[in-house]
Amino acid sequence: MFTTASTTSDKLLQMVAAILLFAAIIGLILFIASRFTGKSDRAVAALYLAPVVVMLSVGLLYPGLRTVYQSFLDASLQNFVGFDNYQRIIEDPEQRLVLRNTFFWVLVTPFAATGIGLLYAILVDKARGEAFAKALIFLPMSISGVAATVIWKFMYEYRPDQSNIKQIGVINQIIVLFGGKPQQLLIDSPLNTFLLIAIMIWIQAGFAMTVLSAAIKAIPDDIVEAARLDGVTPWGMFRFVTVPAIRPALVVVLTTIAIGTLKVFDIVQTMTGGRFDTSVIANEFYSQAIRTGDRGFGAALAVVLFVLVIPIVVYNIRQLRRSEA
Amino acid sequence: MFVQRGSSRSRVAIAGALSMGLVFGLSACGDSKDEEPGTGATSLAAIDCTPYKAFGDLTGKEVSIYTGIVTPEDTPHKESYKPFEQCTGVTVKYEGDKAFETQILVRAEANNAPDVAFVPQPGLLQRLVQTGKVKEAPAEVAANVDKFWGADWKEYGSVGGKFYAAPLGASVKSLVWFSPKEFKDSGYAEPKTLADLKALTDKMVADGKKPWCAGINSGEATGWPLTDWMEDFMLRLSGPETYDKWLKHEIPFNGPEATKALDAVGEYLKNDKYVNGGYGDVKSIASTTFQDGGLPILEGQCSLHRQASFYAANFPKTAKVGPDGDVFAFYLPGETADSAPVLGGGEFVAAFADRPEVKAFQTYLSSDTWANVKAKVSAGWVTANKGLDPANLQNPVDKLSAEILLNPKATFRFDASDLMPAAVGQNTFWKQTTAWLTGQDTKTTLDKIEASWPK
Amino acid sequence: MTTEAPLTTAPVGGAVKKVTTPAAAAKKKLSSPWASLAAIVIAVLWTVPTFGLLVTSFRPEADIKKTGWWTFFSNPLVTFENYEAVFGAEEGVNLADYFLNSLIITIPSVIIPLFLASLAAYAFAWMNFPGKNLLFIVIFALQIVPLQVTLIPLLTFFVDAGLAGTFWTVWLAHSTFALPLAIYLLHNFIKEVPSSLIEAARIDGAGHVSIFFRVLLPLLTPALAAFGIFQFLWVWNDLLVALTFTGPQISPITVQLSNMTGTRGTAWYLLSAGAFVSMVVPVTVFLLLQRYFVRGLLAGSVKG
Repeated sequence: MFTTASTTSDKLLQMVAAILLFAAIIGLILFIASRFTGKSDRAVAALYLAPVVVMLSVGLLYPGLRTVYQSFLDASLQNFVGFDNYQRIIEDPEQRLVLRNTFFWVLVTPFAATGIGLLYAILVDKARGEAFAKALIFLPMSISGVAATVIWKFMYEYRPDQSNIKQIGVINQIIVLFGGKPQQLLIDSPLNTFLLIAIMIWIQAGFAMTVLSAAIKAIPDDIVEAARLDGVTPWGMFRFVTVPAIRPALVVVLTTIAIGTLKVFDIVQTMTGGRFDTSVIANEFYSQAIRTGDRGFGAALAVVLFVLVIPIVVYNIRQLRRSEA
Repeated sequence: MFVQRGSSRSRVAIAGALSMGLVFGLSACGDSKDEEPGTGATSLAAIDCTPYKAFGDLTGKEVSIYTGIVTPEDTPHKESYKPFEQCTGVTVKYEGDKAFETQILVRAEANNAPDVAFVPQPGLLQRLVQTGKVKEAPAEVAANVDKFWGADWKEYGSVGGKFYAAPLGASVKSLVWFSPKEFKDSGYAEPKTLADLKALTDKMVADGKKPWCAGINSGEATGWPLTDWMEDFMLRLSGPETYDKWLKHEIPFNGPEATKALDAVGEYLKNDKYVNGGYGDVKSIASTTFQDGGLPILEGQCSLHRQASFYAANFPKTAKVGPDGDVFAFYLPGETADSAPVLGGGEFVAAFADRPEVKAFQTYLSSDTWANVKAKVSAGWVTANKGLDPANLQNPVDKLSAEILLNPKATFRFDASDLMPAAVGQNTFWKQTTAWLTGQDTKTTLDKIEASWPK
Repeated sequence: MTTEAPLTTAPVGGAVKKVTTPAAAAKKKLSSPWASLAAIVIAVLWTVPTFGLLVTSFRPEADIKKTGWWTFFSNPLVTFENYEAVFGAEEGVNLADYFLNSLIITIPSVIIPLFLASLAAYAFAWMNFPGKNLLFIVIFALQIVPLQVTLIPLLTFFVDAGLAGTFWTVWLAHSTFALPLAIYLLHNFIKEVPSSLIEAARIDGAGHVSIFFRVLLPLLTPALAAFGIFQFLWVWNDLLVALTFTGPQISPITVQLSNMTGTRGTAWYLLSAGAFVSMVVPVTVFLLLQRYFVRGLLAGSVKG
C-alpha cells in the first residue's frame, strides 16, 4: 500500500485505500470528539485541529522557520553572517529593482483583476448565456503554466519590420495594422513588467469574477427592493448596496490574489527569465537559492516575502474583528 | 511536405533534422524498461556478449538513472543500454526530466538520489559532491577514462583531486551554421582564420546582406549563448592558459583579456550592420529564443549563426543537414590557421550508489564498447571517447564534431561558465551579458560580474 | 432577515426569477448597449489568447514558426499531426497513462484538505480555546511560505518515512500546501453562518460533532464544492510539486508536457496540442460543477 504503484489497477486501489484510510482517521477523531460533551471546547478543538497542526508544522512551519534561520547564514549555509543578506537586498541596485517590480505586481494585480472580475460579474449578471460568458473568463484559470507561456508567446512575440517577414504575435500585428512599427515588447522596462502583470490579471480575473458573482447573487432581494423604493440611483445602488454587501467576498478575493501574486515566479521565469529588469522577489528567490546555490541570500528573499504579507494579514484580522464586533 | 506520422519511423522524424533516415535501429524499439532484455534489440542483432563477461551475472538487479535528457534524445540512450541489459541481466530504469539541473540537488540533499545521474556541468558536479552523497568512481571506470579520454576530461569529472564522474557525451560549441547552397552560389569560402571570418562578414554586408543571426532568450537561462560567444573569443584571442586562469579566477574576470574578448564579440553582435538577420536590430537578439536564432538561414535572411553541434535538432525536419544540404556548420576558426582551439561541453556520469551493478553500469558507459553502440543508434550525439570509431556516427554534423574533437592538434576547453561558481556561471554571467547586449557598456558589465564572484 | 432564502437561490443558468438586483441596476446605468459592448470587449480580450492557441494547435509546425495564427483564416491548412504526435505512443509520450496519474494525484489531494480544513475552520469559527487568534494568524500567514523552501525538508521526511516515489508524497504535500488558504476561505464562510442556528442546536443538546454534521455540513457542502474546484485546478496544473516528489511511473500530465518539448527544443506545435489536451479535464469539471459552485459561495455572504 505504501509502495510505488505501477499498474492501473494498483494505482486505483491505492487511491481508494488512501481515501478510506483518511476517512477512518477522520471517523476516529470525530468518534473521540463525540465523547466530550462538557462545556469546554478545548478538547474537541484540539482534536479538530490536530491533523492540520501536525501537517502544517511539518510541511510549512518548520521549513518556514528553517528559512528564517538560514537567512542569517552565508551561501553554503556554513557561517553566520548576521544581517548581511538583508543589507544586500536593500543596498544592491538590482535587488532594489526587484523590490520595485514586486510592488508594481502586488499593487496592480489584485485591484485590476478584482475590478475587472467585478465589472464583468455585474455586466453578465442575469444576462442571456451567463454561464457561457462566465466560462470564457474562467478559462484562463484552468490553464497550466506551461500552456500559458505558449499562449502569451503568441501575444507578445516580435518580428522585425521587413517586407518578407510576418508578425506572429497578436499585439505587434495590431500595431503594424495601424501603421506602427513593431515593438520588442518584453525588452523595454518598465513596460515589460506591466505586460507580464497583464498575464497574471488574465489568469486571476476569472477567480475574482466567479467568487464575486456568487456574492452578488446572494444579496437579499428585500434590501435591493427597499433601496429601489427609496429612489437610489444605479451608481448609489452599486456604491451603497452592492459593495457593502459583498465586502467580505471582496476582501477574500483581494487577499487571495495578492498572496498569489507575491508568490508568482513561473510567469516571470518562463517569459523573460527575470532579465530586462523584470525580476520579482519570488523569481529572484528561485534563481538565487536554487539555481545559483546562494542559499542564505535566497532565504533572506523568502523572508522578505513573509514581511510583505504582514500588512495583508493585519488588514484581514482587523476585518475579522470588525465583523465579530 | 511532412514526414508521414503514425509510422514506426515517426520517432526518428522527431529526433529531428538529424536523422535523415539513417537511424535504422530505432524503429523497432519500445520503452526499454517495459521489455524483457533481449526482445527489443533487433537493431543490435547478434550481440557479442564477450565484452560484458567481466561484469558477471547480475540478473534481477536494477540501476536507476536520472537525467535532463528527455524526448526524443532519450530513446537512443535507452537503446544503447540494451546489450548491457541483455548480457548482464540488469534492468536500467531511465528517468528524464527537463528540470534535472535543479531537481537533482533537491533529491541528493533529501537522500532521494538516483543510482546514476548524468550531470551536464562540472560546476553542478561540484555542488553535488559537496552534499556528500556522490560516490567516487570505481577503479575500472578510472582506468577506462585514463585510456580513452584526455587528462583534461578526467579533470572536469574530478572534485578536490578525487575522481568522481566519467565523461559521457560531448558537444562542440565552436561551430558556425551556414547554408552550403548560399556559399556555393555566392562564392563564399569557409574562413580559416578570425580575420577571414571578418572579411567574409564584410563581403556579405557588401552584398547587401545581414550576415549574422543570433538568439539568446532561454527562459531563466537567458544569456547563455552570449557567454559561449565570449568564451570562444577569450580562448582564441588570449590562448588556453589565460582562459584557464580566467575561469579559475586567478586573473580578474574584468581584466584586459576579458575586455578584449567581449569587445570582439561586440564587433559582431552589437553591430547593426552585421545582425540580426531575419529578426531586426541588435536588441532583437535578446528577445529571440536561442532555438529560433539560426532558423533564418533556411529562409535566406541570414548567412551565419554561431551555435553548438546540438543546434542541429532545432532545424525543422524538412531541412536537410549536411555539406550538400540546406544547412551545415563549419569550425569557428582560430586566430591563425594552424591553431585549433575548441570550446565544448559534455555530460558526466555521477553515481550515488556503489552496488556492483551500478559500478558495472558506470564501467560500461565509460567504455569504447558503449561509445560505439551509442554512436550507431544516435543522431546528434558525439563523444570525446578516443575509442569511438567516427565511421559509426550517423550524421554529418556528428562526424564533423568528432573530427574536431579527436583532432590531435585541437586544444579542447570546457565551457567556462559551466566551471565557474554558480553565482557567476549560472547567474551574473548570463544576466550581465544580456544587459550588455541591450546597451550596457563592456566595462560596467565585466565589473559587475567580477563583483559577484564569491569571496 | 431570513437566512434560508439566499442559500436556496436558484443557480445561474436555470430559471432565474426576474428581480432587480443591485448589479442589474448598476448595469442599467451603463445602459444596455454599452454594458453589452463592455462585456463583449472583456470576453473577447480574455478569449483571444486561448483561441490563438487552439488555432495554433491545428497548424503545421513550419507555419507556426513563420506566420501568425490569424493567417489561418486566409489560408486554412488544418493538420491533426500535432495531436497525433501528442497521443502517439511512439513519441514516448503516452498521455493516457499520465492522464490517469493526474486524476489519481488530484482526487485525494482535493478531498483530504477539504475535510481537514472544514473541521479546522469550524473550530476557529465556533469554538473557544486559548491561543485561537494567534493560531489562526499563524496559519493564515503560512500561505506565503514559498513552496520551494519546503521541498528539501519535506522530501527528506518522505524518504525517511519510506514513502519516496509513491503517490502518498504528492497527496500529503498537496493537502498540506492547500490547508492555509482552505482554512482561511472556509472560515470566512463558516463564520457567516448565523449564530442563532448554532445556538439553537446547542440548546437542543447537540455536541460539536453533531452540530458540524447536522447543521454546518449541509450549509457548507456547496462551499466545499466551490473550493474543491479551485483546489482541483491548482493540483491538476501543478508542476513544481510533481517534479519534486513523483517518479517516472506516477508523474502527472504537466510533467510530461514540460518534457515533451525536447531536451533543448521548444516544440510549440507539440505544446499547443498538449496544452489543449491537459485543459479538457479542468474545463469540464468547471462547467459541470459551476452550478454548485455558485450556490456554494452564496453561503458565504449571508449576512448582507
